[in-house]
Amino acid sequence: MSDAKAVIGGPDWAHDMYDLLRAEGVTQICYVPDAGHRVMIDRSLADPEVHSIPLTTEEEGVALLAGAELGGSKGVLLMQSSGVGNCINMLSLTNGARFPLLCLVSMRGDFGEGNPWQFPMGRATRTVLEAMGVVVLKAEGPGDVIPTIQAACTMVWGSGEAVAVLLGQRLLGAKKF
Amino acid sequence: MAQLKRIAGVNQPPATLDRREAVPALIERPADWLVVAGLAGTAQELCAMTDDGPNVFGLGGAMGAGPSMALGLALAQPGRRVLGITGDGELLMNIGALGTIALMAPANLKIVCVDNGHYGETGNQDSHTGLGVQLDRIAAGFGFPTVLAINTMAEIDEGKRILAAPGLAFILLRVKDGPALKKKRSLRPHVVRDRFRAALSGT
Repeated sequence: MSDAKAVIGGPDWAHDMYDLLRAEGVTQICYVPDAGHRVMIDRSLADPEVHSIPLTTEEEGVALLAGAELGGSKGVLLMQSSGVGNCINMLSLTNGARFPLLCLVSMRGDFGEGNPWQFPMGRATRTVLEAMGVVVLKAEGPGDVIPTIQAACTMVWGSGEAVAVLLGQRLLGAKKF
Repeated sequence: MAQLKRIAGVNQPPATLDRREAVPALIERPADWLVVAGLAGTAQELCAMTDDGPNVFGLGGAMGAGPSMALGLALAQPGRRVLGITGDGELLMNIGALGTIALMAPANLKIVCVDNGHYGETGNQDSHTGLGVQLDRIAAGFGFPTVLAINTMAEIDEGKRILAAPGLAFILLRVKDGPALKKKRSLRPHVVRDRFRAALSGT
């Protein structure tokens, strides 16, 4: 794993998060790219035992992971907070069929945001997820990430819940404008 | 009543197949597949063809989910043949999923679109495909390695050959407007999920 860290770079917590999810048995990692998920995406692309699946829209990932679960595989969906809005109706599949679901959401329109376009969906992210029955957890600092992901994994694959972990801009750093 | 105009310059043969004959003729042995069937016509007919079998996950909502679910299932079960079967309306709603499927290209996955050119559940309004949008050409553009459009019963045999061969493929089955085979099926998605998983895992 240290080789991957050296080649891919990025913060330790992101590598630790990848290693934790792999240890949990995740084999399908799907995403609409975002800078906040760079390490997860690059690690998944370098991992021969993982399907690294780019999506055209985030809702594809909600359905894809339901199919993965039907087939007995675990997965995770990575998206930016703006993508949460694209998932709303698709979450009726998750909710109605009680599919476990783990989403990692990199926040925009959050701590220190400099692009006004990001605020409407950033403000609504937690509300719309909760409205569709998704449990929302948030990590704000490097020390929060692993305990939060570990808790989320237990809630998802132990209890069968749908959980979104928001990765805040205090953790990721706000994009410069 | 005013009508939408067809897209100019698109020439397609008329859709003449009856889906009640064409779908069972193409999918001869539905029990051989793990099936994700989109709302509503294809879920109804695949449930009718399997007597609401546990190998079929039929959608009743979450429009646009079908093909992506089939992809996740195919990647999770590389040793099983997976069929994602859906209608034109559902496929159009999440058309980018075809690009994702082509990119991942699982050899055990087939996508079949039963295209009746209409939104059959909502009052039979024309869909884009009924007005000239050609989903087979879209699938080819996304990079599907094998694409077939079926307009006549004589072309069904080629479709069966493609379904029997390994490799990702897209089949467009153009049918006329009209009812699908139908049997009362469970519309409770958690029940359908649990029985699908139990049948697959043998527990």
